Amino acid sequence: MEKFTLLQSTAVPLPIEDIDTDQIIPARFLKATTREGFGDNLFRDWRYQPDGSQKADFILNNPIYKGAILVAGRNFGCGSSREHAAWAIADYGFKAVVSSFFADIFKGNALNNGLLPVTVSDSFLNKIFEAIENDSNAGLEINLENQSISISNSSEVEYFEMDPYKKICLLNGYDDIDFLLSQKTIISTFEENNRYPFNPIN
Amino acid sequence: MAKTLFDKIWDNHVVNTVEGGTAVLYIDRHFIHEVTSPQAFDGLASRNIPVFRTAQTIATADHNVPTVNQHLPISEPLSKFQVDKLIENCDKYGVSLYGLGHPYQGIVHVIGPELGITQPGMTIVCGDSHTSTHGAFGCIAFGIGTSQVEQVLASQCLLQLKPKQMRINVEGTLHQGVTAKDVILYIISKLTTSGGTGYFVEYAGSTIRNLSMEGRMTICNMSIEMGAKGGLIAPDEKTFDYVNGKKYAPKDAAFDQAVSYWKTLPTDEDASFDVEFTFQASDIMPMVTYGTNPGMGMGIRQSIPQPLDPANRNSFDKSLAYMGLQAGESLLGKEIQHVFIGSCTNSRMEDLRLVAEYVKGKQKAPHVKAMIVPGSKQVEAQVISEGLDLIFKTAGFDFREPGCSACLGMNEDKIPANEYCVSTSNRNFEGRQGPGARTILTSPLMAAAAAINGKIIDVSLD
Repeated sequence: MEKFTLLQSTAVPLPIEDIDTDQIIPARFLKATTREGFGDNLFRDWRYQPDGSQKADFILNNPIYKGAILVAGRNFGCGSSREHAAWAIADYGFKAVVSSFFADIFKGNALNNGLLPVTVSDSFLNKIFEAIENDSNAGLEINLENQSISISNSSEVEYFEMDPYKKICLLNGYDDIDFLLSQKTIISTFEENNRYPFNPIN
Repeated sequence: MAKTLFDKIWDNHVVNTVEGGTAVLYIDRHFIHEVTSPQAFDGLASRNIPVFRTAQTIATADHNVPTVNQHLPISEPLSKFQVDKLIENCDKYGVSLYGLGHPYQGIVHVIGPELGITQPGMTIVCGDSHTSTHGAFGCIAFGIGTSQVEQVLASQCLLQLKPKQMRINVEGTLHQGVTAKDVILYIISKLTTSGGTGYFVEYAGSTIRNLSMEGRMTICNMSIEMGAKGGLIAPDEKTFDYVNGKKYAPKDAAFDQAVSYWKTLPTDEDASFDVEFTFQASDIMPMVTYGTNPGMGMGIRQSIPQPLDPANRNSFDKSLAYMGLQAGESLLGKEIQHVFIGSCTNSRMEDLRLVAEYVKGKQKAPHVKAMIVPGSKQVEAQVISEGLDLIFKTAGFDFREPGCSACLGMNEDKIPANEYCVSTSNRNFEGRQGPGARTILTSPLMAAAAAINGKIIDVSLD
């Protein structure tokens, strides 16, 4: 996994609440067996007409807005557990998603892919939306070490919460799986000591 | 110290604790399917490691499979490739597969319980958010992403922070025509689509205790639709009776030993929860959804509300515009074009018996396309042995073969744009049942009634 330390970028605003993972990547695009290429269909049905032409009023089709940070309304990533949603956002080129609330499974999936979910207050989220609305070149700075997010050219800064274990993983580019594999002896001992009154199947 | 059902199962499965309190949590059962597992197997291959505990890993093909002519090769090339990949991976890594053609094939959350793979006190995961279904047996069961599927395949463990705990009590007797599906849609409409986020929910109270195991599965299934990590219900005699005799359930003395352990699991009387809600069964009417998330639901005799929160106005308006509905409108008498009865929420025998009882001797409305997709090959066989398939066919319903089908429209079973589908599934998201499709979530009974009448009616008055 890629390391995440500091990110300075302009941002793409998507001020809609309860964006579910079926919008991020519709189920009919989940048939690939690799992790790559999902960015082409990110927000597919909001971004394209059925004939494949772009919907002009969707934010990703507006050349004014670009950058590595997606800023979205409350309860981002609800619904299906599909990790394809995090892959699609990362594959499109985003490195962080900012919202005032994230669905649990999406948050975990994002963290497992080096895509940083940053949870800010509702009022700070509104300040970000306003700043981008006033100037599409307004930048954001996300500092993982300090757990801070600031709006450039202003004194606005907020500190966000972060699971200490996941912070170490992101700062160093560690995967959970490396850690779990290092635990195998402890896991086997646990199994020996915890024989349930039922047996493994087959 | 007094413990909850969740605490007891959790504590029994903590292998180790790391930085910031994150637990290495042991997983008893891991279900996999064709859509969220291929990248996980690729991960194992690139690290050149095996599946750590094959005997605790069970696979089926459900999300992507056709629901007609399952004896023939899958015609859609990408679906075929993905299903073939699952067969190849299960073969290579020694994982049991109940794939197409197997008498146990079906929706992963239907086959686990009916085979007795799901048992009280277990931790169960699957790369599917409706894994919460298994909580009906008194399990910690939750959906995971593909990276976590790989972690469980590699180590039989997951790194997890302990969630907060919520108890939802439902008390009293349900009205005529009100089912488990209405209870959970009602709860979600009260708590919203994000009201459970960060929590694991225990459902309790007399209404929940009086539900069958299948009704309890419907309740736990939709926990994720309010954002909860999962939902669970204390195991009781009904649970033990359901598990007893199932293929992979413990037998004889081992079963008795298991039951005496399972009886220790229910929440202690003085245990506390981070938050607790109580609802009255008498307040619950047959439910319908009107928007594009499962929290946007109402009793059938109510009207679509005005948006309460001005900050949420845009999202609310966008949702109603997509549905072609307006605030203040009633859905009673609303004409519909499609009915889908199926999904991991409502495709079990009890659901299909209820539908059969309602449609027997009736005819669906001529303009409605009505599809019934059983949850598993075992459910399909039981339907046929009871002659219910004939009742369905005579009433004009299309009775199909098992799979996830039009719940998520990954296969050919899609609803056309701008048409209304009364669906017993779990999600009414934009495009969920096909691009532009308009989903109205209900119970199987309400869906059956909509198919017969060609419009939405109130089954509690029928």
